[in-house]
Amino acid sequence: MTTYTFEVLVSLKAGLADPQGKAVESALPALGWTNVANVRVGKHVRFDVRSDSEQDAREQVEDMARRLLSNPVIEDFRVLATEGT
Amino acid sequence: MNDPGTPRVGVITFPGSLDDRDALDAVELMGGEGVPLWHAERDLRSVHAVILPGGFSHGDYLRCGAIAAHAPIMAEVAAFAERGGPVLGICNGFQILCEAGLLAGALIRNRSLRFVCRDVWLRVETAATVVTSDLTPGETIRVPVKHGEGQFVATGDQLARIEEGGLVVFRYSSQDGVTGEDHNPNGATHHIAGIRNEAGNVVGLMPHPEHAVDPDVGPTGGQAVFASLLASAMAGAGA
Amino acid sequence: MHRELGLIDEELEAIVERLGRAPTREELAMYAAMWSEHCSYKSSKVHLRTLPTEGNAVLVGPGQDAGAVDIGDGLAVVFKMESHSHPSAIEPYQGAATGVGGIVRDIISMGARPVALLDPLMFGPLTQERNRWLMAGVVAGIGGYGNCIGVPTVGGEVRFADPHSANPTVDVMCVGIAPADRLVTAASHTPQAGSLMVLYGASTGLDGIGGVSVLASATLDGSAEASRPSVQIGDPFAEKLLIEASLELVEKGLLEGLQDLGGAGITCAVSESAARAGLGAELDLDRVPLRDPAMEAFEILTSESQERMLAIVPPSKLEEARAVCRHWGLASAVIAELVEGETLTVHHHGDEVAAVPARSLADEGPVYERPVAAPDRSNGDDPTFRPFEGEIREAFLAILSSPDVASKRWVFEQYDSIVQGQTVAAAGSDAAVVRVPGTMKGIALSCDGKGRFGALDPYLGAAHAVAESARNVAVTGARPLAITNCLNFGNPERPRVMWEFAEAIRGIRDACVALETPVTGGNVSFYNETGESVIWPTPVIGMLGLLDDHRLRVPTAFPRAGLAIYVLGETLAELGGSEFSATVWNSVAGRPPVLNLVEERALLDALQAMASEALLASAHDCADGGLAIALAECAIEGGHGFAVRIGGDLPPHVALFSESASRAIVSVAPEHEAALAERGARHGVPCTRLGETGGPRAVFDGLFEVSVAELVDVYEGAIPRLLGETA
Repeated sequence: MTTYTFEVLVSLKAGLADPQGKAVESALPALGWTNVANVRVGKHVRFDVRSDSEQDAREQVEDMARRLLSNPVIEDFRVLATEGT
Repeated sequence: MNDPGTPRVGVITFPGSLDDRDALDAVELMGGEGVPLWHAERDLRSVHAVILPGGFSHGDYLRCGAIAAHAPIMAEVAAFAERGGPVLGICNGFQILCEAGLLAGALIRNRSLRFVCRDVWLRVETAATVVTSDLTPGETIRVPVKHGEGQFVATGDQLARIEEGGLVVFRYSSQDGVTGEDHNPNGATHHIAGIRNEAGNVVGLMPHPEHAVDPDVGPTGGQAVFASLLASAMAGAGA
Repeated sequence: MHRELGLIDEELEAIVERLGRAPTREELAMYAAMWSEHCSYKSSKVHLRTLPTEGNAVLVGPGQDAGAVDIGDGLAVVFKMESHSHPSAIEPYQGAATGVGGIVRDIISMGARPVALLDPLMFGPLTQERNRWLMAGVVAGIGGYGNCIGVPTVGGEVRFADPHSANPTVDVMCVGIAPADRLVTAASHTPQAGSLMVLYGASTGLDGIGGVSVLASATLDGSAEASRPSVQIGDPFAEKLLIEASLELVEKGLLEGLQDLGGAGITCAVSESAARAGLGAELDLDRVPLRDPAMEAFEILTSESQERMLAIVPPSKLEEARAVCRHWGLASAVIAELVEGETLTVHHHGDEVAAVPARSLADEGPVYERPVAAPDRSNGDDPTFRPFEGEIREAFLAILSSPDVASKRWVFEQYDSIVQGQTVAAAGSDAAVVRVPGTMKGIALSCDGKGRFGALDPYLGAAHAVAESARNVAVTGARPLAITNCLNFGNPERPRVMWEFAEAIRGIRDACVALETPVTGGNVSFYNETGESVIWPTPVIGMLGLLDDHRLRVPTAFPRAGLAIYVLGETLAELGGSEFSATVWNSVAGRPPVLNLVEERALLDALQAMASEALLASAHDCADGGLAIALAECAIEGGHGFAVRIGGDLPPHVALFSESASRAIVSVAPEHEAALAERGARHGVPCTRLGETGGPRAVFDGLFEVSVAELVDVYEGAIPRLLGETA
């Protein structure tokens, strides 16, 4: 058994309006950045998974992402492996 | 239990539910028997209808209703709904029903990014549900909303099915039934405040009818909603 | 090192003398926290002792976690106000949120279910971006926390003044209800030696280490970044579970005592509980559930991690108590045992790291009689006698749209004011009214501060705050019963500030004695200054009133057309410290209006008598902006205009905008006018007929008129426009 660290990036689906992203985009010019567009705000979940192989761990993480960490109606996700110990 | 003529309406308490007590009180005020249910038990205690109440189940962590949707009792609720039992999801309850796949669509953050607590008018879109059987399409009722995450959204396909299938139950409107941005407290798509499933026995809405039954403390637009629910419960379409 | 923790040399000497040796590092941290201003009230105690705290209905006065008042039917109302201004200035959302968390825990530690929150807030002018940012964060934090725990926020105040730019004031008041025979107090519950102290709720982390002594007992300087580790993060979901678990522990009779963990964390909860019971305690820090396993002993002792409570449980009830915690998903751990004697002994990793008399921490903090010195300045020319050549209609609309007066809808719509289903009146009412379940009763709640008056005369400012909060309660028909308070002042080591404090206490005392509203407890917030900027002396009063029948509540706004409008009380020429002077002349000067406490008492009694006979269709306190604004507010809320003629010899702008005390605007049905005049005469309260309600316009006969629609637009639009939003 090895411990793998994964990150799941959850983001709003492309077609959806993102009020938080808009708010961030509107606040940046006040700080001097007028060259920014298309701000989208998402979620970042990081955790350790114990498994016999990275492949197996990744499959489990994708399952977790589909069933709990993201809502397929409004969100997409990406799984990133970071380190194994 | 009360006499057999009194409908038993269960209200599920999840960790963080807040308006569970208020829903039970509304049931009792409108002549039903309120039955408290616990999220971790797999027992609906022979109720004739189920309410998923408002609040912040699990602190709204991850997404509103995301964790509660997997509570042990939800398997029973799904089976109950499958059998045609009346299920009403209010606010957080609506969010849980969407997360659990019992209703289409999802609720996201209000367009203003702020929590809003105020009275609104709702236009009734259909009487073919367990909570609007006592109402007439086109009529408007006054109820409060209080939420930070009430903006209804859905995929293109879902939205088409909802509108074409007459699955919208309530829309935000003026007192005269006119919809528009001014009357929409959260930016919901097509001003949708509540929807139903195909069979009409599962309904979710963001506004709080349980806070609109007692004239001492607010408007009374929720009385007809509860009257309909209790009538549907008595029709024995479940348990 | 003691100085880094905020202790002065003399305080260290006192500790050495008490212990008979130098303190260990852990003991030093414990004393620094417990003897800080925030925890020990060392600068304010001598003055607070002069406040009236007793009354027939008072069940618990100052000294416990909150005050309690008997309201009949076997029920008690538990209430208290606290400040969280310093953390809010640095991190507005979390500062305000954790302020709510803290005051709610004070209420549940008495065994009461929280039923209402109110939040009096003061910010700098909204024309400055930073103040807009602070207000948005604080309001979001109060809403974010309060809404999530299921306690309705039903009232409060929002005021704006320059001195609050550098030092916003964030006070929070919580009210709870409990069966009187189930209150958890030192009198009703006596812990025994051998009983166990169970810490339950969230785990203990590095939150707010030294926050108490570093933050609240020193003025803010530019290094906000360095203070950031001292700000705590709140978890309202955990608090909701804590409320349910705690009330269940009380209901099941499992407790000998209950204490919340706030300033000075475990040290405070354990030492206070032990000292109160006349016992010592053995505390084992290894048993404390930690978020960060590498925490040192002094960190565990002074951590201010949120959402934690300490239950004192006899061994026979321990398993049941832990089962209750488990049911609600809360961790629990026995961290200490009460023992005979007076010593609090602390162990960590097998070593004894502290052994001090519990009482010396909890009760024997230093008590200072700091020097007072009245300031040398005058208040400038009184605006009452300054000629006004402007346009009166313009002045009226300017005052109506001034941030202090204008609608705070932007704020209160972010609060859930209806959860628990008992809110009869909230925003738009002079006092919030909440039903008492199981009875026909209602409690009426109001928070009031008169900072501008206090700047000119701290004695009068404080007395006016008491009078106004009593009046706000009385206009609903309720009987004012008792107060809590939050006293917001500058640095008490400055004689001028200490003088202001002493004067304010004197004002509160005189008013509370005259109006028979004892002080059941409260909070002192000192050091509200930054560099040259110091806040006005701002005691905020939280008034509790009782309606025997909530159905007899009198609404604030004109409910329909065709009613007669009266002003109760007398209008004198008094523009000192007024909204008029501040808005039109940008001036805070002169003397505040006089306060005749006999007349005020007469008005309160008259209002209650008239309400109990259902003579009043509406009643509204006449305060900020005077008669004219009070009338406008009655029209705006109800949607009905009016036509009035203001008689008398005063210049029109004085008659309309004078802020004389002891007045109310009432509307009555024509058939009740005779009875109204008779009751007024009986109580010695002048009743002057002004005109009638009705129509789409607000008409000040002979002076000017405005449509109700324009009134609404000006009143509702002011704050959104200042924030750059549409109403």
